[in-house]
Amino acid sequence: MASSVLSSASLSFHGIHKGKSNLGGINKGKIDTFIKSKCFGRISMVAASNVSRFEGITMAPPDPILGVSEAFKADNHELKLNLGVGAYRTEELQPYVLNVVKKADKLLLEKGENREYLPIEGLAAFNKVTAELLFGADNPVMKQQRVATVQGLSGTGSLRLAAALIERYFPGAKVLISAPTWGNHKNIFNDAGVPWSEYRYYDPKTVGLDFEGMIADIKAAPEGSFILLHGCAHNPTGIDPTPEQWEIIADVIQEKNHVPFFDIAYQGFASGSLDADASSVRMFVARGMEVIAAQSYSKNLGLYAERIGAINVVCSSPEAAARVKSQLKRIARPMYSNPPVHGARIVANIVGDSTLFSEWNAEMEMMAGRIKNVRHKLFDNLSSKDKSGKDWSFVLKQIGMFSFTGLNKAQCDNMTNKWHVYMTKDGRISLAGLSLAKCEYLADAIIDSYHNVS
Amino acid sequence: MIISRFVILRRGMSTASTCATRRSWWDHVTPALKDPISAVTEAFLADPSPYKINLGVGAYRDDEGKPLVLQCVREAESKIAASSFLESTSTSVGSKLVMESAKLIYGEDSDVIKERRFAGIPALSGTGACRLFAEFQKRFYPESRMYLPDPTWSNHRNIWRDVHVPDQTFRYYHPDSKSLNFAALMDDVKNAPDGSFFLLHPCAHNPTGVDPTEEQWREISSLFKVKNHFPFFDVAYQGFASGDVERDAKAIRIFLEDGHSIGCAQSFAKNMGLYGHRVGCLSVLCNDKIQAMAIQSQLQQISNTMYGSPPIHGISLVSKILSDPDIKAIWLKEVKVMATRIRRMRVTLREALERLGSPLNWQHITNQVGMFCFSGLNRAEVYLLAKEFHIYMTPDGRISMGGVTTKNVDYLANAIHEVTACDQDAKILHNTDAYKINTDIRFTSLGTSKTRARGMNLAL
Repeated sequence: MASSVLSSASLSFHGIHKGKSNLGGINKGKIDTFIKSKCFGRISMVAASNVSRFEGITMAPPDPILGVSEAFKADNHELKLNLGVGAYRTEELQPYVLNVVKKADKLLLEKGENREYLPIEGLAAFNKVTAELLFGADNPVMKQQRVATVQGLSGTGSLRLAAALIERYFPGAKVLISAPTWGNHKNIFNDAGVPWSEYRYYDPKTVGLDFEGMIADIKAAPEGSFILLHGCAHNPTGIDPTPEQWEIIADVIQEKNHVPFFDIAYQGFASGSLDADASSVRMFVARGMEVIAAQSYSKNLGLYAERIGAINVVCSSPEAAARVKSQLKRIARPMYSNPPVHGARIVANIVGDSTLFSEWNAEMEMMAGRIKNVRHKLFDNLSSKDKSGKDWSFVLKQIGMFSFTGLNKAQCDNMTNKWHVYMTKDGRISLAGLSLAKCEYLADAIIDSYHNVS
Repeated sequence: MIISRFVILRRGMSTASTCATRRSWWDHVTPALKDPISAVTEAFLADPSPYKINLGVGAYRDDEGKPLVLQCVREAESKIAASSFLESTSTSVGSKLVMESAKLIYGEDSDVIKERRFAGIPALSGTGACRLFAEFQKRFYPESRMYLPDPTWSNHRNIWRDVHVPDQTFRYYHPDSKSLNFAALMDDVKNAPDGSFFLLHPCAHNPTGVDPTEEQWREISSLFKVKNHFPFFDVAYQGFASGDVERDAKAIRIFLEDGHSIGCAQSFAKNMGLYGHRVGCLSVLCNDKIQAMAIQSQLQQISNTMYGSPPIHGISLVSKILSDPDIKAIWLKEVKVMATRIRRMRVTLREALERLGSPLNWQHITNQVGMFCFSGLNRAEVYLLAKEFHIYMTPDGRISMGGVTTKNVDYLANAIHEVTACDQDAKILHNTDAYKINTDIRFTSLGTSKTRARGMNLAL
């Protein structure tokens, strides 16, 4: 019995070696060690239990962003500051459940609605309001029914549906993503089997947008590429194109016959106005372009954990939209059958009720306002405390939850090791995790790291 | 105007079209075939008849034909309230769900639990758990295939196909006897190459309702040991088969006793009535805690690129229900009530058909177990039931017993009798393999009920 177990196990290793290469370090010697170490006093167990066929699997690399939170938790220093994860915090640095969400949730509890399966495309009421929120209720594309909207699991899930659609119908077509971009973008496209490449975006010299590089790279991409754009509040840099720059980007995309693919994770969080933050997407749509847009309610409604978002594909005809929608459903069915109901109902209730919607707008302004205030305070502190004359105005120009400080890895390490300020190694800080009270401390830390570490 | 700025061209193609239709990036996207199960629900919803019955989707209904929100769910909900929104709680609640789910299926006292020898991750109900495993299987065994029982839930094929793992069937259902084709099953298991991946339904097989006996499970388990096959269990109906969650886990406990390192997809959609919340769990048994962590990290990564993590509301509910002894006790009672009602409906339906003097053998209605009855009705009869009687079920003749009530059971029996009764040809057809699931099936026009008996059977 033991020998047959061993030979079967080594067959599996052969199978592994024939396959994909991204499996980490599979150590063939491991299985022998296992047999020796595990089974000395338990020889009978070898006969009793088959060797796991997943023996050689190694730990996946830790998520860099979550790793920051872990390290922060482990730190006991009283002045520690967590500027890692992009989750909104109050001035007291506490997680915040929006009042409208509490109200909507309570209403749901009282209503006691059933929990039957949603249709594959999700809750109809949600799909209607989410598209209206993004494109505007009066947008002609809505009236003409040219938008295929499918409820997705937050931004990630919606992006994945779109990626699968691209892989299926545009095999070989590339997605262009900004350098840098949210870390999970490449993972999503990798796992969906969609090739990607980067377009220049961040200019470390100016700590601003490398607009010429961006345009050049979009122009150079093979015709018919998918250009992934952040609708507002770029993650991780906080650097958004100006309205004039957006027009030029749209020109180039049209010229090169590319498809604009928006990731809108922060509608409302950039300027405080839900409408204003959708203006880039709306401008592309107004030009008659076919657009893909992924939405998330994780940040702007604080519904991180409920996984609520949507994928929208604006098509040139209602008939095309219907076909596209059917294929998005066909992709979703073997992923999770139908999306979760709770978050969808909350959003539908808030956006669909004029009172709750106004309240949401107010809370949105408050949250975005707090971040703007924090930016101002940080900028003031940096400017007044730093005698070198360095221009810190990029802190004000950047928008949304995140800021790219321009610090390099060594400087970031100094931020953490010396000052107990936790951030991602690319120099990104989450302003949502910063309070007015801590701005001064942070300014000191940044100035020290910038000037005294290289 | 719009037309001058409207420069949408297909890649490499210039438009020579008329201005009647605008060209689109998506011109080559064909309409997807409807999912066979949701197509049934759609057809049902579109039917204005007051007598209509939906026996398609496997969702439990109470005796009034209404969806049921379990008491245990309401209790759990009032306790968790809005605290569940805080994203910081999601990892700990997720881990709790995994532990509770594992205890439920593997047994609280199992070594696997005590030694924490499993990798587990919350999943989007049963579908999500199967999909995560399929992705995991593709990643680490890229050349493998998945053996699926014939027949099986229609979405299983879609799942493994979308991750590019080819599937193969093993014989399972015997259409003549409408029971398990055990000899053929064992044969196919034996003939599969060593170390193959098999998907098994541990109880309340979907769609047939035909389960191996305990003795048969033991034999299957032994053969699996000899062949070193990997058993993957899709547990969608724990509690729904016998009314007892422990009893329904018997097959898995047998495999555990025999030392198999299995994989398990669990769904709480049916047994907790949480369909729309998408709560489930995927677990993979390992040698030890270290390996469990490694596998868990890989599963987490797969999940992160598909949707992040499942929604917390459902996870919190299930976690609460399973970990709070009072609420769990309520749940266990409610599961028993649901399973009992279904069994009663099976008996009632069978008796009604026999009373009507049906010439056919309807024993399988009460022999089969769980949510579904594989009626043996052929496609023509299923079509007629929808067209003439407004009774909807999947084209393979699978009846979701959850949709049968004391109020509609007689109507249902009459209808089934009508479409099968005076028809010797139908009797013959019932004994052939008219049960095969074909996801391409569409209802075609098959004439009126007068021609059904002869013309259509021949046409099939």
